[in-house]
Amino acid sequence: MTAEPYRKPIPVPTPETQPYWDKAREHELWIQRCLACAHIFFYPRRHCPQCLSENLEWFKASGRGTLYSYVINHRPAPGFEDEAPYAIAIVQMEEGPRMMTNIVGIENTPENLVLDMALEVTFDDVLPDVTIPKWKPAEA
Amino acid sequence: MDSLRYKVAIVGAAETTDLGVVPDMSAQQLAIDAAINAMADCGIGKDRIDGIASTVSPAHLAHYMGIVPRWVDNTSVGGTSFLIQVRHAAAAIASGLCETALVTMGQSGRSRVGEGAGGSGGGATGGRRDGSYPGQFESIYGPVGPASLFGMGVLRYMKETGTTHEQLASVPVAQRRWSSRVPRAMMRDLITVDDVLDSRMICYPFHLFECCLVTDGGGALILTSAERAADFPTKPVYILGTGESVETPIVSQMYDLTTSAAFRASSRDAFAEARISHSDVDHLMVYDAFAHLPIYGLEDLGFVGRGEAGAYIEEGNTSPGGKLPMNTNGGGLSYTHTGMYGMFAMQESVRQVRGEAAHQVPDVQVSFCQGVGGMFMAAASLIFTNQPP
Repeated sequence: MTAEPYRKPIPVPTPETQPYWDKAREHELWIQRCLACAHIFFYPRRHCPQCLSENLEWFKASGRGTLYSYVINHRPAPGFEDEAPYAIAIVQMEEGPRMMTNIVGIENTPENLVLDMALEVTFDDVLPDVTIPKWKPAEA
Repeated sequence: MDSLRYKVAIVGAAETTDLGVVPDMSAQQLAIDAAINAMADCGIGKDRIDGIASTVSPAHLAHYMGIVPRWVDNTSVGGTSFLIQVRHAAAAIASGLCETALVTMGQSGRSRVGEGAGGSGGGATGGRRDGSYPGQFESIYGPVGPASLFGMGVLRYMKETGTTHEQLASVPVAQRRWSSRVPRAMMRDLITVDDVLDSRMICYPFHLFECCLVTDGGGALILTSAERAADFPTKPVYILGTGESVETPIVSQMYDLTTSAAFRASSRDAFAEARISHSDVDHLMVYDAFAHLPIYGLEDLGFVGRGEAGAYIEEGNTSPGGKLPMNTNGGGLSYTHTGMYGMFAMQESVRQVRGEAAHQVPDVQVSFCQGVGGMFMAAASLIFTNQPP
């Protein structure tokens, strides 16, 4: 928690995404698996995007992944002024799906951010009721 | 599916009288200005128009012009919407829903007269609470507009294919060779790869010259059946092939960030409908909001193999005198980009096929026009020809 008002965009959970955000507050990354076809996917949905089954289960992801791709944004979004230039990245989760993230714990330069480097999830408690998953270089 | 091949022709085409910085006209006024210019281009009055398509509300345009149409389309999936509307208009004409359709657009992208305060595309608003999927899973990480989202997969593409930063920079270099002889282009000075790489970093790996312009303007097309096209004074531009598709509203969730599924789907259908091969294409437009789009386009449309597009452009194949002239108005990078550029890509295809482009390619018979909407959200393909059935 920062003393300043949080000026970045704030995610509003919807019924199908609520478990993801609830688990994030507990500092756990949970994603979904289809029990009909075994497909693992992200972002959270009510139906499997592969077979449209509603027979889904939530499970705790390993929190391990690799850096799939990224950009380094030099024109900050509102609330991000103090961080520019900052990376907006996509992590390849060990389980298969990819998600957007910021990379924390390392200066965001092309030299530091090498594609396919190992990452692990971390959690940023930005508001009393909102925690945002982010990723950082994996500890060796 | 009954083919649209040779059923419909573009008989009127025009852009707004002014282009680039037009501080005294709203988006709607630009769309009307373009429509009136297109009607003048083919010598008809508004009474001939019985179909209207635009991303602006067709009701606003119809009532403004005093037209009560029998067919409307308001498809709005980003900058490729107008290509899709041309496809829909062609289908409407071919099936008798209307006879003469107007597809028009205007955007005050630069001056923002009558537009909302924000830019186009996804991005963040400070402290805003958002329950949409982009709001929950992208905006929270700080993207601000297309410049910070469209290139999400570029580094991945470069790693997988060996494409270099110099090859990416060669895209705007090639297009300036075209726009250097286009008086209406906003950027006309020839540039080098070093100029591109020395320009201000906007969002790594994109430098300023690898990002599109932000301008005001509009354009309009008038379509009618191939038979009725003979009644018009203009040289008909026949629609030979068409395709459209969508992929995802969230660029980070593309099936593969190094290739556009929607590009592949729409172009496959257009080629199949046109019954032509790639070697039949004399001229290519690929919507270039950013420098990687012509690279993705060349590969996803099948003009070159995987990983070959960067070298292909760098070697001059798409430049003046090359074997596949591409983005011959200078593109969104150098000609104009109001936010939804697809109309301007089509206008250049029509000019080239008519033989009246500012930087004309000799003997163009077939032009392929590829549009993109959102950040790889949507795509459409159109193939035009001046050759009679």
